[in-house]
Order: sequence, then structure tokens, then C-alpha cells
Amino acid sequence: MSLNIAVCVKRVPAPGSRINVTADEQSVDATNLGFTTSPHEECAVEAAVQLIELHGGTATVITLGPPEAEEQLRYSASIGVERAVLVSAGDGLSWDPQRTASALVAAIQSVEERSGQFDLVLFGNESADAGGFQVGVRVAHALGRPIVNGAKGIDVSDDAITVRRPIDAGFEVYQLPRPAVVGVKEGINLPRYPTMKGRLASKKVAVDVIEAGAEAGGQVRVRLHRPAEKASTTVVLGHGPEAAPAVVDLLEELGLM
Amino acid sequence: MSTIAVLVEHDRGVLNEASFEALSIARTLHPSVSALICGGNESLADRVAEYGATAVVLIEHDLLSDYGPEAWGAALVDWISGQEKSVEALIATGTDRGNEVLATVAAKLDLPMTANCLAITPGTNGPWNATRVQWGGSLLEDVTLTASMKVVTVAHHAVEAVASPVPVAIKTHAPVLDSSVGRSVIVDRVVREAGVTLTTARVVVGGGRGVGSPEAFAPLEDLASLLNGKVGCSRAVTNNGWRNHADQVGQTGTRIAPDIYLACGISGAIQHWVGAMASKKILAINTDKDANMVSRADYAVIGDLHKVIPAISEEIRKRRSQ
Repeated sequence: MSLNIAVCVKRVPAPGSRINVTADEQSVDATNLGFTTSPHEECAVEAAVQLIELHGGTATVITLGPPEAEEQLRYSASIGVERAVLVSAGDGLSWDPQRTASALVAAIQSVEERSGQFDLVLFGNESADAGGFQVGVRVAHALGRPIVNGAKGIDVSDDAITVRRPIDAGFEVYQLPRPAVVGVKEGINLPRYPTMKGRLASKKVAVDVIEAGAEAGGQVRVRLHRPAEKASTTVVLGHGPEAAPAVVDLLEELGLM
Repeated sequence: MSTIAVLVEHDRGVLNEASFEALSIARTLHPSVSALICGGNESLADRVAEYGATAVVLIEHDLLSDYGPEAWGAALVDWISGQEKSVEALIATGTDRGNEVLATVAAKLDLPMTANCLAITPGTNGPWNATRVQWGGSLLEDVTLTASMKVVTVAHHAVEAVASPVPVAIKTHAPVLDSSVGRSVIVDRVVREAGVTLTTARVVVGGGRGVGSPEAFAPLEDLASLLNGKVGCSRAVTNNGWRNHADQVGQTGTRIAPDIYLACGISGAIQHWVGAMASKKILAINTDKDANMVSRADYAVIGDLHKVIPAISEEIRKRRSQ
């Protein structure tokens, strides 16, 4: 079996950073922020590389973003993705989920015209920043392919893609016909770190640039803002193991004993 | 008359109570609330009516005998298409299934979908305003919704489910579904764990980098089992390979809502905080009195978790033996 896999990633500020908003309240203030690949998608890239290692074939990483997103494409290349596509988002456009999905569909179709249909297109379950929970679903629908989100296990056979998705007490199992789209969740694997050899090789990977053209969707941003901090006064129950009786008193009070 | 439709989730006949949150917000927005149940049976209708649905629509089809995102999405679209544009909004709670099914509906109807709202303000004969979660809750986005039908999910745990029984009309609907939507229906389940889980536990004992090693979680396990609770952990712990990702509490892990969360040796990075913030009470155990987790918690014990946790377990055993 030889697989042709695409994985769509998003460049986002590193999770854990304090996110500030620009003065016009329209975007995140990128000054002093480090950027990375959105965590679920970092795992999607690793999943793509592992599937190719197992079955053979080619993985292609696709991102819609500014020119700087080339950094995330090269990072994917450094751990084993062979091809990279930058869908260039023009300056000053607002990339709502509908517009993002349309641009990605056009890019996927254009790559497929040149190098054949993708057996599997991977997304992250949701982006760490905007968290729209829909771009993968919209892309799958436009391509007429099935999609399941929340994947923490993917197996590929000649005619099907088996997806395991965690529920409270175990897993649900889905079996999608190929070609399919799958939204991946962090935890499906532990992404590897690039080797020095991988880093050097990634510098030589050619990045295809596709201009994104798509109409705005119907959800309009008014402003971004930080939630009001809950004014909390922490009650210190004590210091060290001597605090144990006070903790157990609290558990009794809450009816948890 | 117009209505607001709410997706009510169930799993092979067992209601997901998270859906009561969407019903609770819907009835503050409109006098007519239609609860849509894909598959399922009439016995579900009574519980749904307790939370304010004025109509329950049982959508019945062979392809709806188990969950599938495309089948459920297509079933909702089929019902909506028969309502002569009287559906002002489609709302669900922002669970895995809620977000996935509403995204499918939005894709099919080419409408915007606004995920994980904390507040919704309907306009009269005009756009709605909503505040939605970004960054798992550390940033908020105010948006205007201009579409003819608003497709919105409500962030799970953001709204309290409040019972408010009303008389309910029960209807059935037989949709026309293309057989292709059956391709993403569940084919099997693997049940690994019985009893209390991270999302249902009343007590969660969480460990962070400060725990130090996989073995050092043993006292946390002991305390959790004494309280019929579960052990959770931070992203630093799963990234170090100390525990399975299934135990991770946070933006990219599990969102918990226990009666009390004991956060042990966890600094409280925003990515962890947003997964824990729905806990009713938080007790931080940390050597650093200035850690984020400590300053945001309701209660704190300043000290070394490796000494404090065994002391708590010992105190519990002592009181129980008296």
C-alpha cells in the first residue's frame, strides 16, 4: 500500500503565552509572542508521518497563513513530511472559518490535480487560538468525503480508515471509506523532536505557494477582549502536612467524605 | 410561529445531560423551543420537557440507530428544510458531538457556525450578538451574526442547566436521508473503564511537573481512591510521558467539573486552567505561594505535595476508623 496523505496545520502563538489584544481590539498582539503549530495539528503531522512509515507513500503539509507560516511547514518537513504548501493569506483580510475552509478546499483540489487524490486529509480537532471547531468538517463536506473528529487512533487498510475516538469510558470506533478526512486530538501520539539531519533536510524542501482567494463568511468580529478576572481571595488552609486536618474538614463540609 | 431548535444528544437512548444547558439558554431567548432528538424514543421526551422544551421532535430513521455526525447533521437539515424558514436558530451544547453535528449542518446549509458561546443576545428582526470562547477561554470574541438562521453552540459548563417544566408537544419526523451518510456511523465500541471517570468524578486529584516522576503519582492515586475520585494531570506530565494523555486536564485534554479539584504541584498555565476552571472548588497544593494556581484557587496549602498528600490520606483513614 502507498498512501497519499495531506495534513492541514495552523500557525498559532505558543500555548501558555499571555495573549494580549491590539488597541483596535481586532486581533492578537503578536509582539513578543513565539509561534508554533497548534497542538492537535502537531499530533496530526506526527500521525501522518507514522502512517507513511508504516505503509509507504507521501505526506504533504498545507497551511493557510502569512509568509512566516513557512516556519511551521519546515518544522513538519524536519520530522519527515516530504511536501509543503503555503496557501498565502493576504494582509488585512479576516479569515473566518467559512473563508478558511474555501481557500483550503481550492488548495487541496489544486494539489490533487497535480499529484493525485489524497487518501486521507488530516486536521487538528480545533485550533488552539480561534477554536472554531468546523474547518475540517466544512472541507470534508465540500470535497464530498466523510469526516470524524476527535481521533485518538487511526488505522488504514486497503479500503477503509478506522478511527478510534475516546468517550468517557472507552472508545467509539468508526470505519470510513477511503478517501476520508479525520480531525485528530492531542494524545494520539507523542510528537517526535526533529533530528539535526531532519532540520537540515527541511531547509531544502520546496514550498509551493498558492494564492488564497475566497469570500468572507457571515460571522463578523466586533472585538476581542480578555475575560474579567474572577476576583478570588485564596484561603490558605495551612503550611505543610500540618494542614491535613483543615483539608479533611473542608472535604467533610463539601460532603465528600 | 417561529422557534429555536435545540439538538438534544443521547447515546443509544441515554440522554447527555450537557444538552440541558443548551435548552436552558434557548428558553431565555424564545418562547418556543423545539428539542430535536435523532433516533431515540419517546421516553426521552419527559426529561427534555423538564428543561423547558415546548416541543420534542423525534427524528426517526434506520440510519439514526447509532451516532454518526453526517447522519445526525443530515437529519437536522431535513427537518429544518421543512419548517418554512421559521427556525430562527439551531443551538447545541459545545460537546464533541454538539460542535461536530452543528458544523455539519452549517456546512450543508452554507451558514456560519459560532462555536462555544458564553452569552447570546438575540436582535429583534436583525442580527444577533454573541460572545464566544477563544483560546479555550483565556480570550473572548464578540461577534455579530447576520445569517438567516443562527447556528450556535454554547460552551459546556458555561450555563447552568435549570429545570423549568412546561407542557410539551411530542412530534415525530421521518427524514429522507441519502444512504451515504451512514458511512460515518459508529460501528463498534470498546469499553475500557467502568465506574467513575475524569468528567464524572466529584473529586479530581491533579498532579503537575512538581510530582516529579510517574512513580510519585502513587500517593495521588491513593488519595483519589479514598475519595472515590480520579487522578488527572497537566500537559507537562503527559509531554514527559509520565501519564497517559487520557488523564490530561486542560484546553487540549479533558474539561473537568468536579465538586473539588486538588491541584498538586501545578503552576497553573492558562492551558491547564481553562480545563479546570469549571470545578466548583479548587484547592492548590504547592511550594510556591505565588504560583498562578495558588492565586486563582479557592483554597491553598503551601507545602511539598509529597508530604501533604500522604498526611491528608492518613487523616482521612484516622477519622474513618474512629
